[in-house]
Amino acid sequence: MSTEPGQDFRVALDGVYLKRGDRQVLRGLSCGFPRGRISIVLGGSGCGKSTLMRLVGGLTRPDRGIVRVAGEDITRMSNRALFRIRERIGMLFQGGALLDSMTVFDNVALPLREHSKLSETEIRAAVSSRLDSVGLEQVEGLYPRELSGGMNRRVALARAIVTDPEIVMVDEPFSGLDPVNVRRIEALLVELNRRLGITLVVTSHHLASSLRMADRIVFMVDGRAISGTPETLLASDDRRIVEFLEAEKDQSTEQFTARIGAFPASGGME
Amino acid sequence: MRLPAIERLGFKSQLFVDSLGGFAIFTLNVVRCAALPPFRFRRFVDEVFDAGVLSLSIVCLSGFAVGAVLGLQGYDTLVRFGAEANVGAVVGLSLVKELGPVLTALLVIGRAGSATAAQIATMVTTEQLDGLRMMSIDPVDFVVGPKALALLVVMPLLTALFIIFALAGGYLVGVMLLGLHGGTYFASLESAITFADDIVPSLSKTLVFGALVGFIATFRGYTSEPTSSGVSAATTGTVVTASVCVLLFDYVITALWGI
Repeated sequence: MSTEPGQDFRVALDGVYLKRGDRQVLRGLSCGFPRGRISIVLGGSGCGKSTLMRLVGGLTRPDRGIVRVAGEDITRMSNRALFRIRERIGMLFQGGALLDSMTVFDNVALPLREHSKLSETEIRAAVSSRLDSVGLEQVEGLYPRELSGGMNRRVALARAIVTDPEIVMVDEPFSGLDPVNVRRIEALLVELNRRLGITLVVTSHHLASSLRMADRIVFMVDGRAISGTPETLLASDDRRIVEFLEAEKDQSTEQFTARIGAFPASGGME
Repeated sequence: MRLPAIERLGFKSQLFVDSLGGFAIFTLNVVRCAALPPFRFRRFVDEVFDAGVLSLSIVCLSGFAVGAVLGLQGYDTLVRFGAEANVGAVVGLSLVKELGPVLTALLVIGRAGSATAAQIATMVTTEQLDGLRMMSIDPVDFVVGPKALALLVVMPLLTALFIIFALAGGYLVGVMLLGLHGGTYFASLESAITFADDIVPSLSKTLVFGALVGFIATFRGYTSEPTSSGVSAATTGTVVTASVCVLLFDYVITALWGI
């Protein structure tokens, strides 16, 4: 588990403030996502999880504070330089963000066609393999409007990972999925992380999956972040975390709690 | 009471200048993306199909109707002076110099311009443009450029079709319904219109209209709010702004160059 201070954060936010209209969404958010680890961002609706994703992608600029990706401060980076950084990031948006004028195949093939020198045969093989890995077959010729919400997001995940980026940001990968596909996507994400050493940042409401997968948990509340391991999260006596866990608690959580035994865990929440 | 009004005026003026500046930068960006590789020919052809081929029926039908009305009105007026032999010239000149380019532009704004704005605005709302950005693909290059260029290219072609169908409408009414001689209709048309002085300037004017519609529709879509009301505002804004701009530019071009 990786909570040691001074570790190699591939993505880090430092004292980030952001206001949307009259609402102060982030109030000095500081957190880091370690290289080659799975970090899960938890928090209630509207706490700024998707905003955090957009900040890391450079799609939203903070009012104040610093966002570092792969060691570079992207806060005041030009759009051209941001495009260079983004080639190292794959992002799954909450709504999928597939291009509705293109077929599933063309959507997944798009980043390869734009940024690689692969032949069409190699692209076809890569796309098929990625679609297989997210549990989709015989959908290549369909348009996004012909897919269900869950299938849509799985195609978008295939597109996000098709170039094997070093950082993958995944916004709510489990919402709208049946339990079998939750397990499948969870296994895929873990495999990607373990096999390719991808730095994975996942926002989720799905506590059971989060606890199973996470090396590190970032709990967002009141526009700030509390970071730690799953064990320290479960052991925390912070009222806001306890309330969230109580509300989200399910059988898997209890199984997890039973498995890891009684706490105190080493190192408290930061 | 007067200060808030002045403040409001100042604020609105500032917003207007700000949006004009934004529009200028956007336009330059589109031109730059269209001029530099990668050239997205396949996407351009798809957009020409969407904007052009799908507008064919509405443009042809409207052209035919406008030509028929012009034939009818022209004949009714000219017959009072015994000059009904000039129906072909009246129909032809008014279509080539004025009505063809302007009415086609208004039709394209309603059909293809609004659709372009709505499509891009929907892509903003559903984060498709952000998705492209995250794949390091510039949405101006990938989405906006081909659409704007397609509107620029289809405008003169659709105008030419509009004029041809309108001339056929004028012929139907003047010759087949009102009894004018067919040879007279075409002779007066041929003597009144020259390729260099009338048709080339007219088609140049349509290129200006095409550029206006292309840039305004894509700009309104691209800068829309990511909400359903943003999509609706982009669509309405495109129709209103582009229509007014086409009419204003039509006057300016005609006044300055007599086209």
